[in-house]
Amino acid sequence: MEKQNFKGWLYLIPAILFLGAFMIYPLIDVFIYSFEEGYNSASQTYLGTGGYNYSYVLRDPYFLQALKNTFILVIITVPVSTILALLISIGLSSVKPLRNLFQTVYFLPYVTNTLAVGLVFMILFKKTPYSDGLVNLLINAFGGSSVDFIDGPYWAKMFVLCFYTVWVVMPFKILILTSALASVNQVYYNAARVDGTGSFRIFRKITVPMISPTIFYLVITGFIGAFKAYSDAVALFGTDLNAAEMNTIVGYVYDMLYGDSGGYPSYASAAAILLFAIVLTITCINLLVSRKHVHYTG
Amino acid sequence: MKIVLDHLTKKFPSRNKKERSEVTAVGDFCFEIPDGKLVGLLGPSGCGKSTTLNLICGLLKPTEGKIFFGDDDVTNLPPEHRGVGLVFQNYALYPHLTVRKNIQFPLENLRGEAKLTREEMDGRVYAAAKLVQIEGLMERKPSELSGGQQQRVAIARALVKMPKVLLLDEPLSNLDARLRLQTREEIRRIQKETKITTIFVTHDQDEAMSISDLIVVMKDGFVQQIGRPQDVYDDPVNLFVAKFLGTPPINVFDGSVKDGRLYIGDDAVLQVDGVPDRNVHIGVRPEGFLLREDGPLHCRMGRLEVMGRDVSVVSTHPGCQSDTIRSIIPAESNINTTSDIVRFALKPGKVFLFDRVTEARISFDVRA
Repeated sequence: MEKQNFKGWLYLIPAILFLGAFMIYPLIDVFIYSFEEGYNSASQTYLGTGGYNYSYVLRDPYFLQALKNTFILVIITVPVSTILALLISIGLSSVKPLRNLFQTVYFLPYVTNTLAVGLVFMILFKKTPYSDGLVNLLINAFGGSSVDFIDGPYWAKMFVLCFYTVWVVMPFKILILTSALASVNQVYYNAARVDGTGSFRIFRKITVPMISPTIFYLVITGFIGAFKAYSDAVALFGTDLNAAEMNTIVGYVYDMLYGDSGGYPSYASAAAILLFAIVLTITCINLLVSRKHVHYTG
Repeated sequence: MKIVLDHLTKKFPSRNKKERSEVTAVGDFCFEIPDGKLVGLLGPSGCGKSTTLNLICGLLKPTEGKIFFGDDDVTNLPPEHRGVGLVFQNYALYPHLTVRKNIQFPLENLRGEAKLTREEMDGRVYAAAKLVQIEGLMERKPSELSGGQQQRVAIARALVKMPKVLLLDEPLSNLDARLRLQTREEIRRIQKETKITTIFVTHDQDEAMSISDLIVVMKDGFVQQIGRPQDVYDDPVNLFVAKFLGTPPINVFDGSVKDGRLYIGDDAVLQVDGVPDRNVHIGVRPEGFLLREDGPLHCRMGRLEVMGRDVSVVSTHPGCQSDTIRSIIPAESNINTTSDIVRFALKPGKVFLFDRVTEARISFDVRA
C-alpha cells in the first residue's frame, strides 16, 4: 500500500512540477503583485501594500471601457453562437446527402488562423481609399449609405467584433453538438413519434434535455473564452485598441504590461485578478443554474 | 380492434454495395388478428418479427402489402395517427423525466378537441399507473427504478393514451428469470382487463406459449405457422416449428419408413400406415417416450436428471441428430440405472415425421 502510494506521487511529479512552475506560482505572484503599491520593475522595489492598484484600475476610463466591451461581447456572442451552433448541428444531423461536406465546411473556420480570418474580415468590412468593403457594397446595393465598420462608430465596430467572435467560436461548438446529437438514442425519437409528439416539442422536451450536459459545457467554456477575448480584437482593429475604443480586459492587462502605456505590472495584476473574480462569479452562477436544467443520465 | 395484414412485405436494400440484391425482412405476411386477442410473434433473432411490429406501428413503411385496423387502411398513416401504443425492448423511458411525466408525455401531445384538462390528465395518468401497480413511484426518475418497474412504466405510458392496439417488443428480455414469470402474467392480466388487441414479439417460446391466445412462428421473414399455442405444439407443420417449440426441445432422429414400419436404426419403433417407403426425419417430444422393458427403441443409458415432479433420462442413440436424447418420464418410474441399455416405446401422438429435404410434415395414420 505504502509503495503504491509512493508510485502514484511519482507519476504525478512531471505534471505537478510544470503546473507548479508555470501555473500555480505565477497565479500566486500575480495576486501578490496586485497588492504591492508603486512597484518598480527595474529596482524590484515597492512602496507599500494596499488596495490602491485596484482603485486605480477601477477608476481608469480605459479599464471601464474594456470592461464594458468585454461584457457586451460575452452577453451577445455566447448565447448567439450557442443557439446558432445548435440549429446548424440539428440541420446537419437531419440532412443525409453531402453531410460530410457540410460538416467540413462548417469546421473550416476552426483550423483557420485567427489573423488570416481577421484579414478576410478587413476585406469584408474595411473602408479604404479604393473600396468601401464588400459589406458596404451590399448595403449600397440595397440603398443604404456606407458605414465605416473598422474606424467608424462604436456600434459598427462592436458589431464586427461580435460577428467575428461568433464566427470563430462556432465550428468547435458545432462539432461538439453534432456528436452529442448523434449519441442520443434513436429509440427516444421513435417513442416520441409513436406518441404523436410534434417536432418542436421533441426538440424542446427530448433533444435539449438529452444533450444538456454538452450545451452546459459549451456555455461555461464559451463564457470563459469570451471573457478572455483579445486576439480577435487585435486581428480586426490592430494593437492600439484603446484608441479604437475596442479594448478588452485581457487587452488592458497586456497594454499595462507591454503596450505604449506599459510597464505597470501592479495595475496589470489587479486587472487580471478582477477578471478572475468576474469569471469565477459567472461560472458559479452557471453551475447553480445548471443544477436545475442539466440532466446527467447513467 | 381487428388487425389485418394483407401480403405484408418489407425489403431492405442490401448493405453489400457490390451485390444489389435486397434482403427480405418480412415476406408476404397474411394474417387476421381477431379483436381483443393477445398474439405472440415468435421466432429466432433476425426472423423479421420486430420488423413486422415496426410495420404495424408505422415506424417502417412496407414495401408491398397493406395493413388494416378494423376496416381502415392504415398502411400510409404515420405512427401518431394509428392509435398504437408501443413498448420498446429497452423501454425508452425519457431519463430526465419522472415516472409521472413519462406517463403523461403522450397525453400532452393531444391537440384540438382531444386536448385534456389538467384534472383529466392526472386522472388518466393515475389510472394507467394503478393498472400496472406503480402508483407509489410517480415522482421517481427511471434510473431509480428496477428493470421490472421500468417495464411497468413503459406499459403505462403506452396504455395511457388508450391505444386501439398495444405492441410490445421483446417485453421480457431485459428481466431476470423470476421477474419474467411474474411480468408475463402481469401482461396477460393487463391485456385481459383492458381488452386491447395486443401483439408482442419474443424469441422465447415459453413466453409466447404461456400467455398468447395465438402464436405466429416466423423464420427468415416468412410465417411458418399460426395457431393456438397448444395446436401448434401438437401439430407442427414442419421440422423448424417442431424444433422451435417445447423445452426440453424435441428429439430428432434420422430414420426411414419400410413396409409401413418406422425404423430408427434397426429398431422398428412404430407402425405408420399410409406412408410410402422413404427416408425421413423423426421428431419425438421428450414426453413421448414410455419406459418399457420390451420397448422397441434401444438407447444407451447416459444419466438421470431428477427434477422432482418427473425425471429426465439422458441417453444416446446412433440415429439421433443431437448427442443426447432427452426423455421425460414420471418420477415414480422404476429405472434400472445399472443397465447399459434403456428401452422405450413411443407415444404415436408425440411422434412427427418430416421430409428429409423440405422438412415438411408427413402425416401418418396411427393404428391403435
